[in-house]
Amino acid sequence: MSFAAHLISGISLGSVYALIALGYTMVYGIAKMLNFAHGDVIMIGGYVVFVTVSGMGMNPLAGIVVSMAACTVLGVVIERVAYRPLRGASPLAVLITAIGVSYLLQNIALLAFGSDPKAFSNVVTLPNLELFDGQLVIKSVTVVTVAVSVVVMIGLTLFVKKTKIGRAMTAVSEDKGAAQLMGINVNGTIAVTFAIGSSLAALAGVLLCSAYPSLTPYTGSMPGIKAFVAAVFGGIGSIPGAFIGGILLGVIENLSKAYISSQLADAIVFSILIIVLLVKPTGLLGKQVQEKV
Amino acid sequence: MKKKLLSLVLAGAMTAAVVTGCGNSASGSQTSDGADSQTEESAADSQTSDGASSGDTFKIGGIGPLTGSAAVYGVAAMNGSQIAVDEINAAGGINGMTVELNFQDDELDAEKSVNAYNVLKDWGAQVIDGSVTSACSIAVSDKTHEDQMFQLTPSGSAVDCVQYDNAFRICFSDPNQGIASAQYISENKLASKIAVIYDSSDVYSSGIYEKFAQEAASQSLEIVYAGAFTADSNKDFSVQLQKAKDAGAELVFLPIYYTEASLILTQAADMGLDVQFFGCDGLDGILDVENFDVSLAEGVMLLTPFAADATDALTVKFVEAYQEKYGETPNQFAADGYDTIYTIKAAAEKAGITAGMSTEEICAALTAAMPEITVDGLTGEGITWDASGEPSKAPKAVVIKDGAYAAM
Repeated sequence: MSFAAHLISGISLGSVYALIALGYTMVYGIAKMLNFAHGDVIMIGGYVVFVTVSGMGMNPLAGIVVSMAACTVLGVVIERVAYRPLRGASPLAVLITAIGVSYLLQNIALLAFGSDPKAFSNVVTLPNLELFDGQLVIKSVTVVTVAVSVVVMIGLTLFVKKTKIGRAMTAVSEDKGAAQLMGINVNGTIAVTFAIGSSLAALAGVLLCSAYPSLTPYTGSMPGIKAFVAAVFGGIGSIPGAFIGGILLGVIENLSKAYISSQLADAIVFSILIIVLLVKPTGLLGKQVQEKV
Repeated sequence: MKKKLLSLVLAGAMTAAVVTGCGNSASGSQTSDGADSQTEESAADSQTSDGASSGDTFKIGGIGPLTGSAAVYGVAAMNGSQIAVDEINAAGGINGMTVELNFQDDELDAEKSVNAYNVLKDWGAQVIDGSVTSACSIAVSDKTHEDQMFQLTPSGSAVDCVQYDNAFRICFSDPNQGIASAQYISENKLASKIAVIYDSSDVYSSGIYEKFAQEAASQSLEIVYAGAFTADSNKDFSVQLQKAKDAGAELVFLPIYYTEASLILTQAADMGLDVQFFGCDGLDGILDVENFDVSLAEGVMLLTPFAADATDALTVKFVEAYQEKYGETPNQFAADGYDTIYTIKAAAEKAGITAGMSTEEICAALTAAMPEITVDGLTGEGITWDASGEPSKAPKAVVIKDGAYAAM
């Protein structure tokens, strides 16, 4: 019974990682850049909901919509101002810029909201599921997060495979130059990718803060890093891989906390990552892409 | 470049060696070294010219987190200190000197705490009230020791906060809190099966836990589960709580800060875990977390030397003044801050501090006076100190009832 409880809490944690990892992997898969500011866009999304719902008394659903809209704009602006001018630059320059944007967002939040922790009101007001006379409790926010992750994963896969703009994204990811020659607006396509990635970050932020209701300017950074690990674990660039990687990471983390050592949990998680990458460098679902000469 | 750095370090070491001496009690100031003669001279000048006129000031520099995740502590300590300063000034000051308090923010960051100390030194601080938290206090004490400035921390509870002779504290040390918690639980028969959730990456939390575990063994309390977490995984506590539940714990001991504790209480309520929670002074402030549902904290007990609803005259007067000035009920850190200022006053009067004395002389005189004074404060009656900097007083516990502290 307690094993089931640990498993469920692991899935709860993992579903949040999965949702964040979907945004990470989407941007990496198409723009081929690591957007380290993703975790901080999540934090901004959390603050927007905190201000609109707890502060201004808006309906939670309306708050989430406002937050997604705000983060979409934020993501597009970041891409336009910080990343697009560096499109031809070395990947290292872009990576450093992304880290800079991450710190910029954290410090803006620090100035605007202070670093006092805010207790976030859970926006998922459904009752918790109680099984076996309350011995096993599944939080409603967990159910919602898993459901949202699955829907997002399927939606993104269909979007990339079936729609015109989705196929443009695939083309851009394979070869920017050739895509441009074929008449695809590369900058526009990448901007759309950032818009989608950032609106997913807002959604992830709301669910992260609902599950673990403490909001500070640094709320997004550690889950962001773990979600990045999850995305690499599942095979970065692969949408189903990000989902599976996230869930597995959460489950491994909580099971090692429960059965091995609560202090060593993070060390164990990262050791497993190293082993997986040694055995299968592209991650669980990553494809080995042949470099064409 | 390396050579330059080395020579800088060596020069720094030499300066430090020349200036040390504060620690060696009163005799240190008598044989005050040549390097200080200039400052002493100028100090003597100002003494003769100003005398003990009412224009003299005694400058106290305060350091604590006024923003950030521990802001509740710092703001309370600052407000408490300010009330004491106002009272003392209204009653004629310390030895005829008007007290000035300048409180700087350190955001719970050791580096910023040292910056705050440097700001205060430039301002002309003569003694330091702070820092409010352990790690910051330790960082500042390295500097005050170097500069020979007297330091009294209201609530820096880690052992190393008072490692230097010029540093003292008002609150209990971490080991003392761990021991006192175990004794309190055992004497009041609160539980026999205990689970502990602590932060292994934090010196305050792990320090209390270690001593608690030792004392629990000798009090025949059984620790059925000890779950650690670190600063990198301080969001999800469901595993630790589930393990505590499975182990049949009747009481969960939380020697941690209130930010994590508020998450633990929320998650415990979600999973229907109904046990007694018991914490130390780090839990103080949990009722002030913005938007936190205080009903979750109902029945939580914490070891704190101050309860705002106590009926002794001193507490009643302080609580009234605090509520009038700041519009809220003071917590333990406010009381610590208040006692800090009165302790400085008692030591300064005992040592006969006058306006003309240099910072080093004040430090030596106050260090010598501390073991000789007895302070009746808000956080304990008849508090005394030994030369190591540790206070001696009796612990008290409070329980949270209807969203406020109640004495037990």
